[in-house]
Parts: sequence; C-alpha cells; structure tokens
Amino acid sequence: MRNSIAIAVPLRLRPNISNTLPHYKFRPTCFHSHEGHTISCVPDPRPQAKPMALHFEILGRFNRARAAQLTLPHFVCQTPLFMPVGTQGTIKGLTNNELERIGCQIILGNTYHLALRPTSELLEEAGGLHNFMNWPRAMLTDSGGFQMVSLLHLADITEEGVTFQSPVDGKPMLLTPEESIQIQNRIGADIIMALDDVVRTTITGPRIEEAMYRTLRWIDRCIAAHKRPHDQNLFGIVQGGLDPELRDICVKGLVERNLPGYAIGGLAGGEDKDSFWRVVAQCTAALPEDKPRYVMGVGYPLDIVVCSALGADMYDCVYPTRTARFGTALVPEGVLKLKHRAMADDTRPIDPTCPCMVCKNYTRAYIHCLVTKDAMGSQLLSYHNLYYMMRLSRNLHSSIVEGRFPEFVRDFLRTMFPKGDVPEWVCNAMEVAGIDISSCCAPFPPCQENDSSNELEQLNKVKIEI
Amino acid sequence: MKFAVKKALSSSGARVGVLEVGICPAPIETPALLLATRKGLPHFISPDLLPSLPSPDSNLLQVSPMHFLEGLSTTTISKLGGLHQMLGLQQHGIAAVPRDSIQCLPESKAATKLGASFETPCGRLLIKPKDYVEMISCMKPNIWASLADEVPAWVSEKRNKTSVDRTLRWLDDCISLYPEAGSIFGAIVGGTNLEERKRCAEEVAKRNVSGYWIGGFGLGEGIDERPALLRAVMDILPDEKPRLTCGLGLPEEILQGIAAGIDLFDSTYIYSLTVGGFALTFSLDNSGEQHSLQSDQIGSDLTKINLRATAYRKDMSPILENCTCYTCKNHTKAYINHLLNVHEMLAQTLLEIHNTHHFLRFFHVIRTAIQDGSFEEFRQAFLESRREHFKGEAIST
Repeated sequence: MRNSIAIAVPLRLRPNISNTLPHYKFRPTCFHSHEGHTISCVPDPRPQAKPMALHFEILGRFNRARAAQLTLPHFVCQTPLFMPVGTQGTIKGLTNNELERIGCQIILGNTYHLALRPTSELLEEAGGLHNFMNWPRAMLTDSGGFQMVSLLHLADITEEGVTFQSPVDGKPMLLTPEESIQIQNRIGADIIMALDDVVRTTITGPRIEEAMYRTLRWIDRCIAAHKRPHDQNLFGIVQGGLDPELRDICVKGLVERNLPGYAIGGLAGGEDKDSFWRVVAQCTAALPEDKPRYVMGVGYPLDIVVCSALGADMYDCVYPTRTARFGTALVPEGVLKLKHRAMADDTRPIDPTCPCMVCKNYTRAYIHCLVTKDAMGSQLLSYHNLYYMMRLSRNLHSSIVEGRFPEFVRDFLRTMFPKGDVPEWVCNAMEVAGIDISSCCAPFPPCQENDSSNELEQLNKVKIEI
Repeated sequence: MKFAVKKALSSSGARVGVLEVGICPAPIETPALLLATRKGLPHFISPDLLPSLPSPDSNLLQVSPMHFLEGLSTTTISKLGGLHQMLGLQQHGIAAVPRDSIQCLPESKAATKLGASFETPCGRLLIKPKDYVEMISCMKPNIWASLADEVPAWVSEKRNKTSVDRTLRWLDDCISLYPEAGSIFGAIVGGTNLEERKRCAEEVAKRNVSGYWIGGFGLGEGIDERPALLRAVMDILPDEKPRLTCGLGLPEEILQGIAAGIDLFDSTYIYSLTVGGFALTFSLDNSGEQHSLQSDQIGSDLTKINLRATAYRKDMSPILENCTCYTCKNHTKAYINHLLNVHEMLAQTLLEIHNTHHFLRFFHVIRTAIQDGSFEEFRQAFLESRREHFKGEAIST
C-alpha cells in the first residue's frame, strides 16, 4: 500500500551510500551576503498555514545557521537550544528551580514511560504533566517510537502500530499512531511528536523504505487523531535511513502536510559521522525556512555545533546527564573523567571558564571523591553538564545574532582540537555550511609524546603556545 | 566558638542557649540539630538548595572525617584550605565527629590501646589519636570531638572500664597534639555503668575543653536506662559549656536528651525516613498535642506518612498544607509517589528537604516551650498523644 504521493522512483538501495551523495546546493528563501547576516526575508508564498500553537521568528543568520525565537504556549525560547531528557517526569536529581537557574527552556518527557507510570489518564486528571511536576516552562513529548528501536526484540511492527510487552507486567501493549497522539494529548506538552516507524541506520534493505512510507501514512493518522492543535504542536519526523532519495520523498511528504515543525529522525543510532552530517545537511536544506528543525537524539557538543551550522535548531539527548552518572564532566576541551586517579589531587574547578554553582564552589578533587559512590556526585555533575549544554545553546544563539558565529565555531574547534586534528567529517560539514575553519586544522608542529594522565595539562600548554 | 546559656529550667535540665560559631550569619539557638552529612554535604539536598531551609537553624553540620579516607588525602584537603572552603559552605558551622551512625560505626571489638576502630565503606579502620588530629588540623572544623572508644551496652565491666581509660588518654593526646585547635569537645563514655559514666565525666571536666561530646548512646542501651546515665553525667559537667550527643535520633529521644541538659544533637532519623520514603507529618503545635492532625491520613501512624502507599497516587495536595518548605510549596504527594515508583533520586531530595525542615521546626517549637517555661508539659503532651492511636487499637481488640 504505497503512499500516492510517491512517484515511481526506482529503488536504489545501496549498502554504503556515503560516497555517492550528490552535492546539495543551498536554496535560500532569505537573501544573505557572503560572510554576513540576513538582509530581508521573502514573505511565505505558500497557501494559508493551519493554526499553529507556536511562533518561529528568525533573529539572525549566518549562511545556513539561524538564531530564532520560538514562542510556545508555556514559554518563549531561544534557538539553537538543547532539551534535557526527563524521561519519567524529572531530570535526574535536579529540582525545577535548579533547572530554571541553569537556563533550561524545554524539557523532554517520554510517552512510553509516562504511559506506564503514572499513566496518561492520571496526568490528564492532574491537569497535564506541567501541573503534575510543576514545571513552568516548555515541554516536549516524544511518541514512544524510539522505544521500538531500543526494545526491538520485544516489538512487532505492523501497519496498525507497534506491540510490545510491557516491562512492568508483561502484558502486550499496542501503540498505534492514534493511541500515541491521544496519550500525548493527555500529557499536554507544548510539542508532541508523530509516531514514526523508526529503523536503525545500520540496517539496510527494503525495511528502510517500508519504514519511510509507513511514517508518511502514519502522519495522516496522527494529524487526524490530534485533538489539541491550538495548544499542542505536532511535529513530523523525517525518516529514510541514509538514502537521500528516501529522505527526499519523506521531507516532501511531510512538508505537504504543513506541520508546525519538523524533526530529523533515525540518526544518533551508530551510523558513521560522515553519513550523519550529510543526512542532516540534506534535510535542513529541504525543510521550510520558517519552521523549527529538531535533530532527535543529538547531544555531543561537537555534533550540536555542526548541526547548528547546517541549519538545525533543536536537540535532545540523554548524554549529558547519563555521562554525569558515570563521573564524566563536559568541558570545552572535550570531557573530563572525574573518576581518574589524577583527579584526586587536582584542586582546580572542573571548568575554570564555567560560572555554574559547581565550578564556582567545588574542585575536581572533591568531586572525584564523590563520583560513582554518592548520589551527590551525580547530582553535582548533572548540574554542571546541563549548565554546559545550556551555555552552549546560549552561545550559539547569541553568536549568530551578534554576527560572530564563524569566530565562535573556530574558537570552539580550537579549544576542542588544540593539536588541529579536527575530524574530516567536521571539515566537510563546515565546508557545506560555508564556515572557514582552515585556521583550526593541522598542519601544526608535532607535539611531544604525552602521558595520558597529564594530557589535559599538555593540551592547555599547547593552546598557550599557539 | 562562643556559647552562653540564656535560660535554664529548674524543673528539669532543659536549657535554651546561644551558640556563635565561625562566620555564621546569625547566632544559633540551642537546643539545636546538626544536619547529617556524607563527605560534608547532605545526602540528597544539593548545596544550592540549602538556603531554602530555615536559617540559621540549618547552618550546623556534622561531618565525619572518616568519610574522606575514601578518595581524598588530608594534604589535598589542607591545600584547599579546610572543609569550609572545600565544601563551599563558609558560613556554616561544622562539627567533626568520627561516628556518623549510618556508615561510620564504632567497632569496639577491633579497638586497641592504640586507637579506635570504625566500620566504614572502605573497610574496618583503626584510627589513632595522631592520625585523627592530623585529619582535624587539615580539615579545620569549628568544633571537633576527641577520639573515643565507644562500646555497646552489653560488654563486660572490664571492657567498659578500659573504654573510659582509653578515651581519657586519647583526649589528653588530642589536646596536647593540637592545642590551638578549633574548639575541642571532650568525649565522655562509660556505657551503662553509672559509676564509670561519673568517673569519665569528672575527669573530662578537669580538662581544658570548650564543650562535651557525650558518646556511647544508641548502642544497645534501653531507652529507660538513659535518663539516669544522662543525669549522672550532666550533674557533674559545668553548666556554661555546651553538650553535644550522638545516637539520640527519634523525637522521643531528643526530648529525653533536652530534659537532661543536652544542647546539640546529631540524628540519623531524617536519613532513615527519607530512604524509606517517609515524610514527617507530626503536629508542631506549641502545646505538644498530636490530636490536631487529619485523622483520615492513610498509611500513617499520625507521625509520618509513607509516600510509597498507593493511596497517594492521585493525592494532589502537598505533604503538609501549612509547611513552608520547598517541597510542600512546589510539589504534591502524587508526584513524590510517582518518583518513588520509578526510582528517581529527586524523591529523596524532596523528602530530605521536607523532613529536615520539619525536624528543625520541631526544635524551634521546643525552644519556645523552654522559653515559656512549659517544656515539661510540652514533653508530656507530646509523648502521650503521640502513642494515642496505639492505645485505641489495643482496647478495641
């Protein structure tokens, strides 16, 4: 049962397509100067848009990158932005006022988990998840679809929906597009996600095409089932694996439905970075300018910087909080493993440039004695890591608005790769993004052999020499 | 550290005092509670949430130096400038006491003439006075208890006597090794032996200490044995120096200690409640009466509620309607119930905030009762009405 929009496109299923992607030209609907910002925007020529519960206003640009104001029912947000994941109605160990102080604008709740506990009916009775957890800012719920991929050995995907075995009581659960939207309507988040048929990018074969077309059929069912379009924004999710043809069909199909926003899904699942950025680049080039773009599951700071340069606006990931629980802190140079023995005598803060409560008051040595042994260790590290992500988001936004985005990107890369070993995929992506990072890349004079426990110190020394 | 008694009751040993310690923003009224910590910080309440607790009531912390043996050298602590700097709690008063009753427990069987033994997460440790004083000198707490050989109530008389001898010797060692210390509190032990308790108290009273740490309680003695032991010790100790005790955690025990003349308490009650999913709900009425509670509280014994109970699944009210803590002002029982069900750490954070707040208010109410001269009535009313629901059940069957 093919979607009628699809023209008879020959199926080109190639196991490794990364070296055969055509070059995508940037198709602007806004005019820009070579190294400058937006000058004027062409008014939206498309037919009258459906009522939306959001307003997206671009405040600044650099080539494909944009900084915008995203007005949602519960909060006015600045993009690019990172959304911490609060799967079960809480961000691990942090209180709401801490999250506000850190600068969290939107948090993500997971439909699958919340439907199990405390159930969407209870949340509806409580006046929605906002009320239940007393979170005053914005919220996004995902569809429950990602669990399909994670729990695949328990799941059975058919045209009707997805059945899985409830981990709580073993009973079979059916998640249809209608059910997912109904649950999300009860939960009440500002942004809700369509149920998509998501497959891992490492899978090849006809399954990817099947999933893409099914996603398009399901979006119509989601739209029909959505009872609250005036205060909840339904985002569609672009699937299609790593196949540019399939991705293109999916983008076109979703854009036809004129949704308030679009997500790029099916990534962050183990594909190689070179394929990853190309899919993002293709989708951001094809998606409408005036709607937010959300790259799902993207959380490494480097990935966020690259995707923002390519024109994405929103991100989510469990990475910052999860890695905190393993004793790893996010720092401009990369990561700092607080568990390492060398940290026991290090009296510096985690990140001397970070103004957060943890870095202002505590040293690596103290955090070292807490991590992996005491709950307080995870809490403090989660606080710092989330603060780092929010600071990154704020810096992305303000550097674009203030016209210094390329400098910001170059500083970021130099700090993270002081030896100039910027990965090739980043260089390729930045070329497409139109950002000159040649000054960040080697050749540099070769460095001395480094002892791993003093690596960070050596890196700092090298940075000063430059 | 400065301490002064403001009002002492003649009817009992209870007294209200004022403690000035470190650079605490305001003097702290006693009887007061020391908050239990793990490696210097509360178990679950992160430091930026501490200011939401009543101040300066919440500014006293008890820290066990042994916690840091797991991963932090004394040299590093010294380099950082001591505990206050390391913990970012410059305006708090810190009392260093080896025993923390949760994870650092005295192991009397392994103690020797050279040092006291503790069961810790790093294993069984023998702590000698010299090592202990070195830890203290690097940590620079405001108050510290001298090293004690605490024994449980069931040891032989001989062992008990030895514990007093050792404790006195180690007190002298501590004083001589670190004379210019932050205020040292002399440790008083003696188990359940009245004579030994008196002997120890007399000897410690002769030394030049700033206060007294009364140990050896909560180690197997009966709650009814304590008043006599406490009185015997208090009668000997000078009134003008503060008394700190360990091992008296429950509200009933706190009242017992205050009646005998104790000024400072550390308690593991809050921690136990919190990890069990309990929230304190007992009445803070000035009279001590506990009847004024909602009698329809389910899963409750009128003193606390267990938020794991399914009865709270849809309860959209705060733990206590008129409680001003962060948890009650922002969250509902239903939300905490959900957090407990899904094993989220935020549950413990919210519960520790509420329980700490409530217990600190309890101390405040007690101090008011002492000031008004109505402490004995308060205590009586509290104890009797607290167990009222048990009486009812017994009669009906």
